[in-house]
Amino acid sequence: MLLALILIPLLAAIAVALSPRTSPALPRLLALAATGATFVISVMLFLRFDIAGGMQFEQTMAWVPSLGLRFHVGVDGLNIGLVLMGCIVAFAATAVSWDIQRDEKGFYSLLLAMIGGILGAFVSQDLFWLYFFHELALIPTFLMIGVWGRGEDKNYATFNITMYLTLGALIALSGLILLYLQMPLADRTFDIQAMTKHFQLHPIAAGDQNLIFGLLMFGFGILVSLWPFHTWAPLGYGAAPTANAMLHAGVLKKFGLYGLIRIALPMLPAGSQRWLPVLALLCMGNLVYCGWVAMRQRNLNGLIGNSSVAHMGFCFLGIASLTLVGVTGAVLVMIAHGLLAALSFGLSGYLYSQTGTLDIPRLGGLLRRLPFIGAALMIALFAGCGVPGFANFAGELMVLFGAWKSGVTGHWMVVAAAWAGLIIGAVYMLRAIRNMLHCPEAEGAGEWIDAIGSRRWPYALLIAALVLFGVAPGLLTDAIKPSAEAIVKMASSGKANAVAPAAPLLKAASTH
Amino acid sequence: MNASLLSLEWMILGGGLVFLLLDLWTPAGKKRSLGYAAAALVAVTLVWSFRVDASTPQLAFNDGYVLDALALFFKRFFLIATIGVLLMSVDFADQFQAGIGEYYSLILFALGGMMLAASANDFTMLFVSIELITVTFYVLTSFLRHKTPSLEAGIKYLILGALSSGVMVYGIALVFGSSGTMKFGELAEKAAGLTHQKVFLIGALFLVAGLAFKISAFPFHVWTPDVYEGSPSPTTAFLAVGSKAAGFVLLLRFLFVAMPHAVVAEWSRVLMVMSGVTILYGNLCAIPQRSLKRLLGYSSISNGGYMLLGVAAMSHEGSTAVLYYLSGYLFTVLAGFLVISIVVRQLGSDDLKAIAGLHRRSPLLATALTLAMVSLAGVPPLAGFFGKFLLLKSVLEQGSSYYWLMAVAVVGVVISISYYLGVVRAIYWSDRPIEPKELILGAPMRIALYACVLGMLYLGLFPNFTLELASRATGVLKF
Repeated sequence: MLLALILIPLLAAIAVALSPRTSPALPRLLALAATGATFVISVMLFLRFDIAGGMQFEQTMAWVPSLGLRFHVGVDGLNIGLVLMGCIVAFAATAVSWDIQRDEKGFYSLLLAMIGGILGAFVSQDLFWLYFFHELALIPTFLMIGVWGRGEDKNYATFNITMYLTLGALIALSGLILLYLQMPLADRTFDIQAMTKHFQLHPIAAGDQNLIFGLLMFGFGILVSLWPFHTWAPLGYGAAPTANAMLHAGVLKKFGLYGLIRIALPMLPAGSQRWLPVLALLCMGNLVYCGWVAMRQRNLNGLIGNSSVAHMGFCFLGIASLTLVGVTGAVLVMIAHGLLAALSFGLSGYLYSQTGTLDIPRLGGLLRRLPFIGAALMIALFAGCGVPGFANFAGELMVLFGAWKSGVTGHWMVVAAAWAGLIIGAVYMLRAIRNMLHCPEAEGAGEWIDAIGSRRWPYALLIAALVLFGVAPGLLTDAIKPSAEAIVKMASSGKANAVAPAAPLLKAASTH
Repeated sequence: MNASLLSLEWMILGGGLVFLLLDLWTPAGKKRSLGYAAAALVAVTLVWSFRVDASTPQLAFNDGYVLDALALFFKRFFLIATIGVLLMSVDFADQFQAGIGEYYSLILFALGGMMLAASANDFTMLFVSIELITVTFYVLTSFLRHKTPSLEAGIKYLILGALSSGVMVYGIALVFGSSGTMKFGELAEKAAGLTHQKVFLIGALFLVAGLAFKISAFPFHVWTPDVYEGSPSPTTAFLAVGSKAAGFVLLLRFLFVAMPHAVVAEWSRVLMVMSGVTILYGNLCAIPQRSLKRLLGYSSISNGGYMLLGVAAMSHEGSTAVLYYLSGYLFTVLAGFLVISIVVRQLGSDDLKAIAGLHRRSPLLATALTLAMVSLAGVPPLAGFFGKFLLLKSVLEQGSSYYWLMAVAVVGVVISISYYLGVVRAIYWSDRPIEPKELILGAPMRIALYACVLGMLYLGLFPNFTLELASRATGVLKF
């Protein structure tokens, strides 16, 4: 099942690339069919997922035995929700791409390759493949921004995002290889479960843990737009075509956070003790500074892009708290924000196709002219403020509880920053609602056409998911909790290890 | 002596002589297709090479020639490369005013030199094979006799090549003078007592300098961009793939078979610095280039630097990574030069502007060039990614004294993204209006391109088989 989840989009990408030029509608149909199939599969997986079952739907294949490399996919509570979210966003992103009128073949083939890479990254249980699939999305992003992107900065933006992400990925790769080399020569493997088990029984020396955790934190951090390495994100999303921005901001960006939770925390407990306070401090930059920047934006995409960077602060904060409720909240925010970012960028893409501008002052009175899109945008902006009823609220609240409970140095300061971030968020979101949705109609508003019929359902799908998980967050948190608990327990063993570097796990656990 | 050991070389060198004669009796209009016959000969030799058994090292020519797994790996590498180069030459041949048949023969002679280099087991064989390669390349680089840039390339290659050969001979003389032997095997035993003898060390250093010229490592790289730019495209491709790989097999054998371990271990710092500087220099200089061939020239310098990472790691894993990286580099660079050769021949320019809108003229060419650039940049799922992964892994394996080199390599890769993807940008979106002129692609070129693309994907997605071969090949080296 999981293998099909990766192979369907990738094979469809090849099929689209080889499809004849004489049938211009075929690429879009193939892409919709492929992402629709992955969506159905992911819903089935989610429904059949056994909360108490640990790692499920596993599939393995030998690949390069001499290096201990094998193909291994599986889902547990940590990534089942992310996979579902990824498939929803992928389906919606394909559906909103009707405005692509040029080189559809190339566009959909790159989009499908990107989707295959993203889904592969989230289901891989092998470090090498995790990295491999993530990098698969790099070149499609570059080409899609370059060829189908918009704005005068697109040239700069596309190189900026590609080089920044390559740097982050390579730093993370150095950390991953160093982690691999810490395994004894005889049973070297890239398998995440085997490595986690080994490093729990035989902790790595504290100095090496600090080095590797630092590499992973900054490498993955760059991929998630950790302040002050976030500048690529608003710029790139502003220039990207709608589908690309939706997938990148919504799903791909969560890869770094997933990597930190899945790899860095359980394998490097002592390193996380050393670095998580630093992460807590840096995430204040996301929460407050990037929120502040978002407040100053006059461009809708700039606002959404910066606010999405700001929201990453909550995820970092949840991880840094290293408490069960905090980490669970972080995963919930990842899923909720994925849906929200996709919805926001999808709507801004629709607006751009109608108005030709994303300048907020030139977008007045949307609610009168475009009732459906206006209402959807209102929902997105309210969800962004953290209004109860949407999944974001539940996640952010859990993160705040977790951060308050944790003993991270200066946690009151970070929590205060998070509150400040929420208030700043409310200010710019509400201001955007006033200026775009309610103001007098802008010039040329008469020509804008609201989304009708089949163009509505991608937005409706995303909103439905946001509300569903907002009203019943237990659907996700019940699955996340067991996995998060195991990870928090493993990562917390570093507290004792920080004092006695080589203390075995059992001893460390009993001191708590 | 067992002459049948050299069966592959006999086939190629004999074939070269035959083609030289055939050229006399072939009517002028049909000379071009002699290249297909030459490519067929090389292909037959490649198939024949699978009948050659090299599981245990076998010696010939008074131990000057060895046939082992490493030699066979490189022989096959050179044979595959030459098939691509010959197909490219047939397409390119109408640019030559005269001597088409000679061009094919010279390629076969250079191939013979490379195959001998793969088996060189003493200094005589090392020098003779290198000279066979270099002297043929003097002619191959200046084959566009009516074009000044080609002649200029030939002269530059001649002067610097002669200089480096001189340095190398001097080095060989010093090593022979201090150790009293020309044989790699004997030297490894005798040299244990020579580790502190300055004459011996200087001689060995001169030898490494001569080989560094072949792989265009800093500071022996100056000829590369000019010669790459001026030479006919097939020659440039052959230089980039064959000549560089020959340099690496000789370097690996010299460092890890002939030299005592104590000396090499002391040189690790030198190799590390050379690798790091080569990576940075090649990548930084490539950024402002507008000529594709020149850009690939600098890229070839930086790739030499990456491969030196594996040499500097001084481990079995490192050398295996070099072999693997070279295999991927073969398909990648051939794909790149196949496209450039067609563009240069039909549009008359290798400027970045010439490839604007290439995807409208020929989707296959655009896709192949894009994949080649992406593979050079080291992005999955292509060969370049797995090769770089192996190289970086082998560097990190050597412990914390190598971490700075890893950092340099990472910086180099990030820099390289900017110009490799700059080529991709030039293809797909550029502000220049495009005149829709179709590019004509013959069936052989089409097949060669497909083969290169498949090779890149195969080595990126299914590395196991080639990795095993490379690992077995480097088993003959001592660390």
